Amino acid sequence: MPVQYYLFLSLALFCIGMMGAMMRRNAIIVFMCIELMLNAVNLLMVAFSKMYNDSAAQIFVFFIMVVAAAEVAVGLAIIVMMYRKVHSVDINILNRLKH
Amino acid sequence: MTNLVWLVPLFPLVGFLINGIGWRKIPKTAGGVIGSLAILASFAVSLGIFFEVKNSGASTTVHLFNFIESGKLLIPFAFQVDALSSLFLLIITGIGFLIHVYSTSYMHEDEGMVKYFAYLNLFVFSMLLLVLGSNYLIMFIGWEGVGLCSYLLIGFWFKNRDYTNAAKKAFVMNRIGDLGFLVGMLLILFNYGTLSYNEFFGQLNGGQVQLSGNMYNWIAICLFIGAMGKSAQIPLYTWLPDAMAGPTPVSALIHAATMVTAGIYMIARSHALYNLAPAALNLVAIIGLATAILAASIAIRQYDIKKVLAYSTVSQLGFMFLALGVGAYTTAVFHVMTHAFFKALLFLGSGSVIHAMGGEQDIRKMGGLNKHMKITGATFLIGCLAIAGIPGFAGFFSKDEILASVYAHSPVMYYLALGAALMTAFYMFRLYFLTFTGSFRGTEEQHHHLHESPAAITMPLVVLAIMSVIGGYVGLPAVISEHHTLNTYLGSVVSNFNVHHLEHNTEWMLMGLSTGLVIVMIIVARVATKTPNFVENTGIAKVLENKWYVDELYDAIIIRPLAALSDALDRFVEKMGIDGIVNGIGRLVRWSSDRVRLLQTGQVGFYIFVMVIGMAVLFALRFFGLNY
Repeated sequence: MPVQYYLFLSLALFCIGMMGAMMRRNAIIVFMCIELMLNAVNLLMVAFSKMYNDSAAQIFVFFIMVVAAAEVAVGLAIIVMMYRKVHSVDINILNRLKH
Repeated sequence: MTNLVWLVPLFPLVGFLINGIGWRKIPKTAGGVIGSLAILASFAVSLGIFFEVKNSGASTTVHLFNFIESGKLLIPFAFQVDALSSLFLLIITGIGFLIHVYSTSYMHEDEGMVKYFAYLNLFVFSMLLLVLGSNYLIMFIGWEGVGLCSYLLIGFWFKNRDYTNAAKKAFVMNRIGDLGFLVGMLLILFNYGTLSYNEFFGQLNGGQVQLSGNMYNWIAICLFIGAMGKSAQIPLYTWLPDAMAGPTPVSALIHAATMVTAGIYMIARSHALYNLAPAALNLVAIIGLATAILAASIAIRQYDIKKVLAYSTVSQLGFMFLALGVGAYTTAVFHVMTHAFFKALLFLGSGSVIHAMGGEQDIRKMGGLNKHMKITGATFLIGCLAIAGIPGFAGFFSKDEILASVYAHSPVMYYLALGAALMTAFYMFRLYFLTFTGSFRGTEEQHHHLHESPAAITMPLVVLAIMSVIGGYVGLPAVISEHHTLNTYLGSVVSNFNVHHLEHNTEWMLMGLSTGLVIVMIIVARVATKTPNFVENTGIAKVLENKWYVDELYDAIIIRPLAALSDALDRFVEKMGIDGIVNGIGRLVRWSSDRVRLLQTGQVGFYIFVMVIGMAVLFALRFFGLNY
């Protein structure tokens, strides 16, 4: 399969993720969109790794997955705390610093 | 014996440590005994050293260890044992011991007695260090030590604010002088690379290092400024009369054995330098003479028994500096010695009087004490005769020698000095007559309380009275004896410079003149105090009673401008300047952050949007080949 397919798929995923992160108000959805962007990049890396026959990019992918997993743990914990506090996961409510 | 010289300051130091560390636990009597024994031991060693030096006439430097070693600079911790220092050792430890014995009785009612003895021992230790040091630095350590101890002892009754103020005044005035000493010391170090007496004087006499003539004068004047502070000369003398705030034996110690004689010792020690500095020597003479006259005139109108004696000390110190200034170094040392005897006697006598009067110091409320205190009265009279310069008493010989040297130097100065000497006779006998003769003017209660002091107080008085009589015979005038014991003794270290010998006839005449006038002054004093009536002083007498308003003058020209300057600095520099800058920065940050804060909308979606836009811009820049 030519590498272009992977590129377009990855681009599409990244754009979906970006638009979702910018548009949606639900914190969990925003969070998922961020994960989506990360994985779009992962996909891109693996594709190029296959193309150049160089496994270095795959190592990076592992790193990104590890960090992303840690980030999920922290991020979800924050969202849980936030829900307990304000009984909502709407990110537009979190504007108290402004006042 | 000479090699054991380190024992001399060691004993008081040990005494200080014992009493100082355990002053809460040690019983009063034990503390007094420890303190006195420490000085007695020092005195015994000093006696041995004195006679050894007297027989051999040698100057020895006893090297203990190297104090400062840095590059080419080497300052040893060493003691100088020679005729001059051994004589001072005797004065300090001998009179110091008598004062300690006296204090065991005088201070017995005081709860801080053991602490007091610790301070006294430290005082004696510092003074011994001062005279024993073989270089200016060791002298300076002792010099600062006596300054500290005078502060501690003057402010001994620290619950009284006036007393602590007097202590602070003494300390600050001394510090001013000390700065001069320090500068002088650094000048010596800078020009000669050494502070040791032997090396420094050797270079001075050998002339290896030639300085311009003014440099000698500057060094000598700087050292003299130090002496001014310590030995209470114009303009730094006002602390000494205020130092009366301390317990009376302390006054005796400060005025007779330690502290104020330090300046005389220093100049006598540095005579090789002063011989090369004629301008500085003249300054010493003029300041000494002015101090002698000014202080004597103030003493005439004082009513506090200790104040009279204090001003008399200032005046006598003026005489000593006058003698130094005309080059009669050994004469000044001679007067230090005789003065130590009779001034210690007078102060201890006044302490005995104050003791009997229950703390009263005003001579207007005394009178007729001779009937009640025979020993004190008799010894006090001897002290007065000695200080007034009646032939046969110690003061006569030394004062006459000073006056003769001054006459040889300049007859005008002689007449002025004679005036001061006559005032001395007047105020001392005014004091004596008002205190010990006539009828009692105090309250009935005080009258009942009058009693002779115990033996621990009267014994030192008797010993000092004897010394005040015979102490002068070590320096008989040339007309009586060709052999001047003291000059011969001191000859190996210091001898008079440029002092012309008078014709015998002239000397007889001067002696007769001063003796006759002194007797006249005593009679005048007798007449003036025959019927004491203390009216409000007016005119010149009022000025004298108020000490020429010198304290007020200092207050007006130094203290108040200084306070005003501090106030202005506080208001304009501190509050407006520095605080303004600090607060201004704070306000600026607050103000600007108040504006920048508006950027933070608090909308998370907006933040993400800005992030994405930012990334897009960065990528775009990269894409168009722009390096950021």
